[in-house]
Amino acid sequence: MHVVIIGAGEVGTAIAANLARDHEVVVVDRDPDRAERLKYELDVLTIAGDGTSLSTLETARVASTDMVIACTDDDRTNLVACGTAKVLGDAFTIARSKSTEYLRTWERDDSAFGVDFLVCTDLLTAENIVRVIGLPAAIDVDPFAGGLVQMAEFDVPEGSPVAGQTVAEADRFESLTFVGLFRDSEMILPRGDTVIEPNDRAVVIGSPESVQAFATDIAPDSTPDDADEIVIVGGSEIGHQSARLLEGLDLRPRLIERDPDRARWLAEHLPNTLVMEHDATDTEFLAREHVDEADIVVATLESDEKNLLVSVLAKRLGVDRVIAVVDSGDYVTVFEELGIDVAINPRTVTAEEITRFTYESVAENIAVLENDQAEVLELELTDNCALVGRPISELVQDIDAKFVIGAITRNRSLVTPRGDTVLRPGDHIIVFVESSFVSELAAMA
Amino acid sequence: MFETPRLRVGWRASTELMGTVLTYLAIPLAFPLLIAVYYGESVVPFVVAIAVTLALGAWFGRLGDPEADLGPREAFLAVSAIWLLVAVVGAIPFVVAGVGTIAHPVNALFESMSGLTTTGATVLEDFSIHSQSVMMWRQLIQWLGGLGILVLVTAVLSELGVGGAQLMESETQTRDVNKLTPRITQTARLIWGLYVGITLLAVTVYYALGLTLDPRMDMYNAVAHAFTSVATAGFSPEPLSVGAFHPVIQWAVVPFMVIGSTSFVLLYFFFNGDPMRLLRNEEFHFYLGALGFFSGVVALALYFDPTTRFGVEGTVRHATFNVVSIVTTTGYASVDFDLWAPAAKHMLFLCMFIGGMVGSTTCSIKSLRWLVVLKAFRRDLFTSVHPDAIRPVRVSGSPVDEDVIRDIYAYVLLSVVIFFLLTVFVVVDAERAGLRVSEFEAMGAAASTFLNIGPAFGDAGPYGTYATFPMSTRGVMIVLMWIGRIEIIPVLVLFTKAFWTS
Repeated sequence: MHVVIIGAGEVGTAIAANLARDHEVVVVDRDPDRAERLKYELDVLTIAGDGTSLSTLETARVASTDMVIACTDDDRTNLVACGTAKVLGDAFTIARSKSTEYLRTWERDDSAFGVDFLVCTDLLTAENIVRVIGLPAAIDVDPFAGGLVQMAEFDVPEGSPVAGQTVAEADRFESLTFVGLFRDSEMILPRGDTVIEPNDRAVVIGSPESVQAFATDIAPDSTPDDADEIVIVGGSEIGHQSARLLEGLDLRPRLIERDPDRARWLAEHLPNTLVMEHDATDTEFLAREHVDEADIVVATLESDEKNLLVSVLAKRLGVDRVIAVVDSGDYVTVFEELGIDVAINPRTVTAEEITRFTYESVAENIAVLENDQAEVLELELTDNCALVGRPISELVQDIDAKFVIGAITRNRSLVTPRGDTVLRPGDHIIVFVESSFVSELAAMA
Repeated sequence: MFETPRLRVGWRASTELMGTVLTYLAIPLAFPLLIAVYYGESVVPFVVAIAVTLALGAWFGRLGDPEADLGPREAFLAVSAIWLLVAVVGAIPFVVAGVGTIAHPVNALFESMSGLTTTGATVLEDFSIHSQSVMMWRQLIQWLGGLGILVLVTAVLSELGVGGAQLMESETQTRDVNKLTPRITQTARLIWGLYVGITLLAVTVYYALGLTLDPRMDMYNAVAHAFTSVATAGFSPEPLSVGAFHPVIQWAVVPFMVIGSTSFVLLYFFFNGDPMRLLRNEEFHFYLGALGFFSGVVALALYFDPTTRFGVEGTVRHATFNVVSIVTTTGYASVDFDLWAPAAKHMLFLCMFIGGMVGSTTCSIKSLRWLVVLKAFRRDLFTSVHPDAIRPVRVSGSPVDEDVIRDIYAYVLLSVVIFFLLTVFVVVDAERAGLRVSEFEAMGAAASTFLNIGPAFGDAGPYGTYATFPMSTRGVMIVLMWIGRIEIIPVLVLFTKAFWTS
């Protein structure tokens, strides 16, 4: 497939890196130096130029390309670039947008702006935050098969009832599968007798209820409910969308925003959120409003430095869980090393969402784990697929595969994969795969 | 050398409009003229009034400048002056007819202003001596004032355009006139169409009930009462008011008073496929809640009062009817509530301050303002615990601007202050004239005229008359009915220096 990526920022680079393995990738960026540098980092063709101009897009051969991904930092540039690409040819266009306004317009009529798929960064990040809030101790949660299945990644804390047990002992839920473990940043494909150790990261796939139940098992004392105090620090668009989504779950979060006009705007748009106008780094204020007693603090300020400060402060005050938005991908590990429970990078989230489209019709959904060591894919099995017709236990031996089937959905209902389960054409499988094996697996389906 | 400061008001734009309105006033004056011809009564009062209004109209028209722009100041001036001039012209038939108390010019102006502002306070003593046509004029002038004259003017004069919005805003003191259509004239026409439709419905219902139940409710009375119930105005050609009719007819009047004090914009949506906008409106809930609450309390007070014996139906009817009549600022009475026990009377007095919904024919402080004040106060209690919390006041889900809240606080406070001043004036002026007016009667009369309700207590009770107050008191009341009806600001602003010069 021939793909044109407009914008070589973090998102564009991440997508290009994902795609360069299997596809012809052309990257367009306004900054000649950045374009030049990328040429040596990745095996892609780079063009320096304005992605909204007809001549640049013609140079990139957009007329005969299969897909155009506009992912610069500017919403309008992305929309105009897609519109221009549609004039030139019939490529599938994907635009990244921060503003939810454009998303609403596009949802009303999906031919709007000449965009075939619109990825709303802020909303995606907020959805991610809310999913993580919904599961205690979870670092990452992704829905699959239209919400029928969930993938979740957990930290196993010291003293957790699960620590020290074997996978077979820990996995006592009917519709839950243990698909992966990460120990000291190394990936392990678990077998029944693998022992779970404290500080491991466990990846499970299953029905949302079983994932929820497992979460309570891992960390019994932090089940979220209506009585939970959730404090969002920073009224950025991500903060606003997170509060809005939490309101939708009948929760009443608090939101702290420093700017009076923005605070007023937020208060008007969020009827069930208590908006407070104050500087969130003022410890006296935090004590007065009992933020230390909060169960969850979400830092969604505009800069990483402030998010780090607020998160560390909240941790020191004794907040149970702190979730921070980290704009720069390099800092994610820094945040987590400093004891912040979950660091969410909007760019990774966006790149993930956009990449899932490049697997064409086979892969419908994707999640990238632990700096791309492994991926979770949703695949629809075709009639002449190599995986169909045999029990899973035989398959695994034959293929010597680096993957685990986490869940199967058949006719919109969940089937838990066990050794004797036989796959059929039309099944959707949610698999945990080592990254290097992804394209091989996708070819099999 | 003193130089006269330059006048900054384009008054020629205002007088132009005043001239046009006075000229058009000849049309409604023709209605009682036809009644007079029908009943074989003297047509002179109306012929004179028509002649005067046409002459005044022509004169103001000559002063005016059709090219001048109608800005906010000119609109304030025009609104205040038009209400006053129409009341003056409206008084002419009473003076020319020369019968009873209203032959005196001050009394005639009181009656006319009380009518136009839909107050319903009367200085008549003997109802029977007046001609049918004069009594009908008294009803009609209330109907004209019901929705606000300027809404009517905007509906009629399509060339007003932008100026129309300016006028309607000045008249109702709302920040943005709820435009139903892009053209303000069109909006005013839709609202007036609805008003006429509801009035016709009221005529039909009253007349039909009169045919079967009560011969006194003839076509004349059906029209007369339809005019003043939908306008929530309160004049009645009957000395016993609605109390003169069959109980079922009294019940039938209640819904029309309630509809008249419901927002006409929301009513328009109600009848045009979007009933939820009215049914989900918080002000509507608050207003109906107030009606229900006070009706219940007054009914209980009457039930436990040994001096009033109405029976169960009668107790509920009289409580509901009179509470609705006062809250909607109509001012009808089904019985002489001045004879009730103090508990019930005091509750009725409290009801005077509520008022119906914004954008209706009602007067007084209005439900929306009370709702906003209560919610803002509750918010202030919350923010005293959480000083950093930002909590917008919401009405029907949408946030209310802080400036609007401040204006509403100021308006409510100003209303209460004016009410106190008028009360003191009534007491002092009565003392000066050697009359005994109790504090409660003075408070009742002050609230009732300033808030445009009509009847009060004591001499000014539902079956009484304001003619017993000294002439000076009545003069001040004329001014306050005028100020109260157009919501204080447009008149008071005329008395500031900044309005004219800076």
